[in-house]
Amino acid sequence: MSEKLLISLTVNGTRHDDLVVESRHTLVDVLRHQIGLTGTHVGCEHGVCGACTVLLDGAPVRACLIFAAQAEGRDVRTVESLAPEGEMNDLQRAFSAHHGLQCGFCTPGFLMLAEGFLAERPDPDRAEIREVVASNLCRCTGYQTIVDAIESCARERRCGAGETR
Amino acid sequence: MTSAVPKGWVGSSVARREDPRLLTGRGRFVDDIHLPGMLHAQFVRSTVAHGVVTGVDLSETLRVPGVVAAYTAADLEMGDIVAELDRPLTEFVPTAMPVLARDRVRYVGEPIAIVIAKDPYTVEDGIEAAKVTYEVRPPVLSDQQALAQGAPLVHDEATANTLVDVSMFATEGIDAVFAGAHQVVRVQTSTPRQNALPLETRGAVAEWDAREEQLLVRTCTQTPHQVRTVMAGCLGLDERTVRVVVPDMGGGFGQKCVVGREEIAVGAACLRLRRPVKWIEDRRDALSASFLAREQRYDARAAFDAEGRILALDADVVCDMGAYSCYPFTAGIEPLMASAEMPGVYRVPAYRVRGRAVTTNKAPTAPYRGVSRPQIVMVMERLFERAARELDMDPVEIRRRNLITEFPYTGVNGVTYDPGSYLESLDLCEKVLKEEGWYERKDTAAAEGRFLGIGYSCFSERTGYGTAAFAKRKMAVVPGFDIAEIRMDLSGGVTVTTGTMSHGQSHETTLAQIAADRLGLDLAQVKIHQGDTDRVTYGFGTFASRSATIGGSAVARAAAKLADRLLTLGAHLLDTTPDEVELGPGRVRRCDDHDRSVSFADLADVAYLKAHLLPKGADPGLTATATFDVQGDGTFSNAAHGVVVELHPGTGQVEILRYVCVEDCGVAIHPQVVEGQARGGIAQGIAGALFEQVTYDEQGEPSCASFIDYKVPTAMEIPDIAIHHLETPCAFTEGGAKGAGEGGTIGAPAAVLNSVNDALRRTGVELDDTPIRPATVLLALTPVGVPA
Repeated sequence: MSEKLLISLTVNGTRHDDLVVESRHTLVDVLRHQIGLTGTHVGCEHGVCGACTVLLDGAPVRACLIFAAQAEGRDVRTVESLAPEGEMNDLQRAFSAHHGLQCGFCTPGFLMLAEGFLAERPDPDRAEIREVVASNLCRCTGYQTIVDAIESCARERRCGAGETR
Repeated sequence: MTSAVPKGWVGSSVARREDPRLLTGRGRFVDDIHLPGMLHAQFVRSTVAHGVVTGVDLSETLRVPGVVAAYTAADLEMGDIVAELDRPLTEFVPTAMPVLARDRVRYVGEPIAIVIAKDPYTVEDGIEAAKVTYEVRPPVLSDQQALAQGAPLVHDEATANTLVDVSMFATEGIDAVFAGAHQVVRVQTSTPRQNALPLETRGAVAEWDAREEQLLVRTCTQTPHQVRTVMAGCLGLDERTVRVVVPDMGGGFGQKCVVGREEIAVGAACLRLRRPVKWIEDRRDALSASFLAREQRYDARAAFDAEGRILALDADVVCDMGAYSCYPFTAGIEPLMASAEMPGVYRVPAYRVRGRAVTTNKAPTAPYRGVSRPQIVMVMERLFERAARELDMDPVEIRRRNLITEFPYTGVNGVTYDPGSYLESLDLCEKVLKEEGWYERKDTAAAEGRFLGIGYSCFSERTGYGTAAFAKRKMAVVPGFDIAEIRMDLSGGVTVTTGTMSHGQSHETTLAQIAADRLGLDLAQVKIHQGDTDRVTYGFGTFASRSATIGGSAVARAAAKLADRLLTLGAHLLDTTPDEVELGPGRVRRCDDHDRSVSFADLADVAYLKAHLLPKGADPGLTATATFDVQGDGTFSNAAHGVVVELHPGTGQVEILRYVCVEDCGVAIHPQVVEGQARGGIAQGIAGALFEQVTYDEQGEPSCASFIDYKVPTAMEIPDIAIHHLETPCAFTEGGAKGAGEGGTIGAPAAVLNSVNDALRRTGVELDDTPIRPATVLLALTPVGVPA
């Protein structure tokens, strides 16, 4: 079990070439404990709760269900990428404005889920948003304000895009 | 001395102070803590529900490369965790919960040994290599089994497997009232074992601070001082030798308001090894071997007159509390809550109740959001619904006739209810559903052969339990008061330290709002500090909706004391008397000339750096400490919930079409946070009503070890919830707030169950138990002959 692998990952735009991992190490553990990005959380380790959701080559995935070695050479984005200078982005601001988080433990997963979803589908209706929000578990909010936040962010982004056109 | 500060922050939904760090990944939860040389712990856990451990062989474990140590109870000197009530043995049997099992094991998942390794993967290898042998005993797996003649005993000292047996009230002549009543209705109901299920599992990091000679335990607990007290007690340390610090917390909902044996074991292992030790509970352990809750059975009767007025209530409550009493509440937490509070919002003239806690070979239980009140509200609301049917009355009207409308009201349970809006909230809830056309839609649906139903619940929730209320329960450890300490620094801002412990409730924002208003400060000038036993003398943490009421009142009082000191000092520096000055924004000013003022920063400059300028006899520094306790029975929030459901004959699905909550928590410090508490609470109530249940097989093996088996509702199951506010301020908390943490969870199961029964009305089937499963609904709909 302790056979070591040398892998490289690009995380939030930074290339890590020197990651020594065991084959059984999950992506989320390597992100959190080796790279030190603890914004991504571990909620169930069996792919249901979605607290560990990150973007892998732009698509939301459960980082607890992927071995780090499987992500070799690929591009990973975590919650830390949304506000690189510490300034919250529009999605994060929408979550705050709508009280889409309470304890905040599931929040990074929902943010990355929404980020990936809105990139693929910038014009969703509320029912579609709700269906995507149902991918992850939140125990505090009852989900409504998470749906509100994503809906509002999508609307704002469309308005912003309309203005620049 | 007067305060002319405009009351700006309380009542306003300001941006949460917690949000930026939590949204950007800069929060720090217990598993985010990395310390040099840190080791990782997990537990060898019992694989049998009931038995005697005949051997623990850790030799293979210790041979796993990277495993550093493995200890059983015999290796570590640890006292037991003991929670007690001051009641006679006929009412309460104390039992001890060892930190690690000694000889007996009493549930699957009970910790037997702690294994410590260099990383979290290796420690799992070590756990796998451990060998434990047992002499297996027949397990006791339900309250009926526990109470049956000749049942095996879970604890030898608890005959009939009963830890708590209390008969209360027993109004004289109650049997005659039942005998002579126009109508008697009966409800027998059971509720499932549930998991409070904070999304962050439990966990702790213990570190020996050699310089301070202190055990520093970072743990995600709702009650840091109680963890310190038990840690010190079990490990034989002085309290000052233990410091408990709580980082960000990913929820708790009660599961983290009791002391976990794993926390203590991690502390003991750290003491032995003198190296940092981390334990993070995995989800499987959290689902099966953590503290669970809610498994209760009721047999209740109510007598009514011909006009639908309740005359008497008689109930038998049995709570399956699992294997051990939790600290500090004991196994009495659920039956004593149920027994004391059952009459609820109704004028019940005669009452008798027997409440029991039985012990079984299942994981122990802890308080879970609402504690017994989801069930007693369900029982009361079912009794009224059934009486309405028998008496051919409108179910809302029968409630109206019985609601408490004059306050303060002292009930048959000896509890005094402070003013609330019981009738008004119910009326508004019904009005909303009527105006939205749901009654017409229900009729239309019925005409089309569909199954729409409307159901209500009406309840109050005691919040702000002070020492008087907990003393009535006869707890040996009596929670209730809390402390706030406030300190102004040289910049003229303040740090407020509280004994309460937010785990999602936004106290860093709401307590700051309270302090800012009392002192005329900007919110940004107030820092809230919580969760550090070295920073505040003592506190009882956050549970039972106590933080806004008790913690918030302590903060308000501490801030007011500091305001007095600022006014006295300001008056001195302005060459006048304290009654000639007032607080302005960030400054003390003359009442008659606002331009003559001195800023807080300048006052602090004098108080700390130029203390020779202070008035004669005044102490240097600008600090204040205050406590708050509730002398009476606490303050009651209230609400009415209205639910519209449609039952789907093809699948048995219960679809919630509309959910309306009218709530009254007195003065809402932060309305958006109150709504968040209500919605999140309702989601957990719906979870209990429709989805969640911890089950066991016949050997006592938990069947729910993953989210595949334990159905936590998602955004597809929880609907949008409309919330309407009423405001009946509390007269005795500072600022008029009542607790808002649990009401949603309390009201939802009854309202959902009633709406399902309303939808089922023409089938003749009436359901009493939760969770309401699709198969049950399908069966109920089948005789009507709707094609699937």
